[in-house]
Amino acid sequence: MQYKFEVEGGNFSKAGTASSEVKKILNQLNVDYKLIKRIVVALYEAEVNIVAHANKGIIDVDIDTERIKLVLNDSGPGIPNIEKAMEAGFSTATQKVREMGFGAGMGLPNIKRNADILNISSETGKGTSVEIIVFLKP
Amino acid sequence: MKVNEIVEKLGLKIFSGEKGLAKEISGGYVCDLLSDVMGHADQGNIWITLQTHKNVMAIASLKDLAAVVIVKGFEPEPDALEKSNEEEIPILGTDLESFEITGKIYELLK
Ligand SMILES: Nc1ncnc2c1ncn2[C@@H]1O[C@H](COP(=O)(O)OP(=O)(O)OP(=O)(O)O)[C@@H](O)[C@H]1O
Ligand SMILES: [Mg+2]
Repeated sequence: MQYKFEVEGGNFSKAGTASSEVKKILNQLNVDYKLIKRIVVALYEAEVNIVAHANKGIIDVDIDTERIKLVLNDSGPGIPNIEKAMEAGFSTATQKVREMGFGAGMGLPNIKRNADILNISSETGKGTSVEIIVFLKP
Repeated sequence: MKVNEIVEKLGLKIFSGEKGLAKEISGGYVCDLLSDVMGHADQGNIWITLQTHKNVMAIASLKDLAAVVIVKGFEPEPDALEKSNEEEIPILGTDLESFEITGKIYELLK
């Protein structure tokens, strides 16, 4: 099964919409609750990163019996140093975003902890691609 | 303990999400950093925060939290109220600061 969602950069009132839709789909598919929790945390953080740091993005969701694959492609500033960005506490979030409670630099570490496979590639000035895989079978 | 028992015992204000007042509380979480809550709050927790915007409810819903308590007399934004009603997760309010209300809720839950 495949689904596609659009994400608008800067639009915090819609942040989390795709994650919420995917959660509903996984519930309908009777996916194990513990797996849904992990998938939702990882997807939400990646979705919000597009809202907070990029201009716009597309989320492709691909589910089969073995695994769920989430691919988030955005056009935005990109991540110049991915290793650094992965460090807990590292954030370039603006003051405005921080006042909302984002910008703790914990999003990417949260994704890492909850994904079975995480691949990030990025081109500075162009955009970022985040691939998250969670296995659905023990 | 259910959300409505805590509301009654502590005289909390109910802003929205009345349909969720019978939810059972599994514990609490206190933080204003959203990705910390996303990473560490547990299902059924009551979340104490000073954040008032809609993303709080997005997180509460994704994490299946029992209720949100907004501290220091702050008021939730209109789209947060809407989402709270939709998701049936109550937004509660208190004039107390996080430290004080957390202590009281902890006493009731422990
Ligand atoms: N899609 C993206 N486009 C551009 N930069 C990004 C993107 N995702 C992450 N980053 C960069 O990586 C940093 C760390 O991301 P991370 O999600 O860990 O923290 P944050 O978004 O700053 O704060 P938090 O997620 O805790 O609210 C960001 O501050 C930003 O500089
Ligand atoms: Mg983030």
